[in-house]
Amino acid sequence: MNTLFDKIWDAHVVQDIPDGPTQLYIDRLYMHEVTSPQAFDTLRDKGIKVLRPRQIFAMPDHNIPSALPTENEKIKVENEKCISLSIDDEKGRKQVDTLKRNCAEFGITHFDMGTQDNGIIHVVGPEKGLSLPGMTIVCGDSHTSTHGAVGALAMGIGTSEVAQVLASQCILQQKPKTMRINIEGTLAKGVTAKDVALYIMAQMGTGGATGYAVEYAGSAIRSMSMEGRLTLSNLSIEMGSRAGLIAPDEMTFAYLKGREYAPKGAAWDKAVAQWQQLYSGPDAVFDKEVTYRAEDIAPRITYGTNPGAGIAIDECIPSLSAASEGVASAADLAYMDFKPGQKLEGLPVDYAFLGACTNGRIEDFRAFASIVKGRTKAPGVVAWLVPGSWAVRQQIIDEGIDKILEEAGFELRLPSCSACLAMNADKVPAGKLCISTSNRNFVGRQGPGARTILASPLTVAAAAVTGVITDPRKFIV
Amino acid sequence: MMNKQFHTITSTCIPIAIDNCNTDLIIPARYLASTTRDPQFFGDAFMHDLRYDASGNAVHDFVMNKNEFSEAPNEGVHEIIVAGKNWGSGSSREHAAWAIAGYGVRVVISSSFADIHRNNLLNCFVLPVIVSPAFQQQLFESIAAQPQTQVRVDLPAQTVTNLSTGSSEHFDINGYKKYCLMNGLDDIDFLLKNVGTLPPAPPLYGGE
Ligand code: SF4
Repeated sequence: MNTLFDKIWDAHVVQDIPDGPTQLYIDRLYMHEVTSPQAFDTLRDKGIKVLRPRQIFAMPDHNIPSALPTENEKIKVENEKCISLSIDDEKGRKQVDTLKRNCAEFGITHFDMGTQDNGIIHVVGPEKGLSLPGMTIVCGDSHTSTHGAVGALAMGIGTSEVAQVLASQCILQQKPKTMRINIEGTLAKGVTAKDVALYIMAQMGTGGATGYAVEYAGSAIRSMSMEGRLTLSNLSIEMGSRAGLIAPDEMTFAYLKGREYAPKGAAWDKAVAQWQQLYSGPDAVFDKEVTYRAEDIAPRITYGTNPGAGIAIDECIPSLSAASEGVASAADLAYMDFKPGQKLEGLPVDYAFLGACTNGRIEDFRAFASIVKGRTKAPGVVAWLVPGSWAVRQQIIDEGIDKILEEAGFELRLPSCSACLAMNADKVPAGKLCISTSNRNFVGRQGPGARTILASPLTVAAAAVTGVITDPRKFIV
Repeated sequence: MMNKQFHTITSTCIPIAIDNCNTDLIIPARYLASTTRDPQFFGDAFMHDLRYDASGNAVHDFVMNKNEFSEAPNEGVHEIIVAGKNWGSGSSREHAAWAIAGYGVRVVISSSFADIHRNNLLNCFVLPVIVSPAFQQQLFESIAAQPQTQVRVDLPAQTVTNLSTGSSEHFDINGYKKYCLMNGLDDIDFLLKNVGTLPPAPPLYGGE
């Protein structure tokens, strides 16, 4: 009662169906090319229109290539702020084309691939001011939880539900229980929001927050940047929670102010006054509450095939019996080619990936650059540095970070989901070990047979310059 | 996608005793690059990378390829999956539910489901049944001892029964969803009926 979640939920209830779910009004629907084609087909089958197209924004991201353009295309980048990209895979191309066609037919704003508006939805939404405090936000994508970082109720949904929102601007939802996760204290140097999330998952398991909407609170969250908060909320789904809310504060307002779609002038002032009411009151009652100490958190890496199977970077892989139940099985370890008791620090890596909706924001590139500056990429490592959006890429260039990366032997690629999931050309080959800032280390996630270690941008940078898994704190003065 | 009315099902089961089985395992990402709704396409992709090796040969020791469990689901046969805990974690891809429905499965029994996947199953007219870990364990044991073990899932009574031991449990489902499943009705039809009662969109959030 009287939680941030309840305030947003209650403001959006259209009706509670007796002995059934709640009909919930949705302020914002995002769509990408993978989970939307069949939803548009449903509308066509039923002969219905999109009810409120102005509240819907679409962009392709999963299939977009991240490889740099050829010389000819480069010229186009500068002249037109837009480049022509081509997708080699026929099915991927068809999905991207289908999204564009569907948006044109149904009157939905579409940020086309290769344009300055494009990027990964969960990076673009907040950065354009399309995701605002107090909103209900849905998308046919589990990492929609990301947008909760601005103080919104944001949840991933399935394609049938996407069709429901297109048709009615509502979904039917069972009200989740509420959980507050407090992180109190000060994070040590070299410890990031990513490490906090990996730590929480290791504590509670990947199903630990199933059935709950999580709110993050505590002093470590209050002092966390918006980029960090977005990373943390992004990973809520990996604990089983569909939503990860953070009460909006001055940090949130400063981040949103002046963004393209954020309210302006008097409307802004009015909005902020409303948003300041969005917090869990002192009398708020949560179904569950847990508190962790920021000081207990070290840079983290995963060793198994679910994000909860993780350790502090200087720890050894626990024995199978010691690992908390269901976290890493013998089969997981066999897939990873790791052994109980093994220390991963010092282990050679083949690939390093910086990007995804988890860590593809400007702060992540700043962090990566802070470590590789004045050093050189390890010769054996293939590194993919992929901004989460064109706006992030532009800011990287404006801040001169691209130069630092280039001098260290790295190449900045084009915005895309890239190596986060094997749906575009960026696939990690079978058996290769990739240290990655993405959010999932599932079997085959980065390519059939690919082995993934999840880590923060700092930890990925440390591995990228040394060629082996390295504690990033060694590089931080 | 699959409008099927649901009442009572008595069937043999496929035991998939994998905990935290994620949607990337249920259907690998490369099958998401489709714009089709063909059940056969998704059914063939169900658990694909565990069923087949990289060269496309059946992996013999995977449960779905074992003689006792390899028959495609049909009336009374393999219409039920008994799954490990936290079934369907990971992505929101409804393709995972389409794969299960496309393969011919009508019921998934587990001690817990990931939230989004559970909703997706319901929207595809596949019934997720949550049982106690003890009941789940006993089911796995019954099937291991006797692959022909039948399970009865009675939606009107909300009971699930292991016919080899006779033990039975009540399962939860809200009255609305139960009605929808028993009558083959979609959420979207319900929502469309209610569009007229919607408040106007708040201007702040993109309304007129
Ligand atoms: S970056 Fe990865 S997790 Fe994020 S939307 Fe893209 S594929 Fe999904």
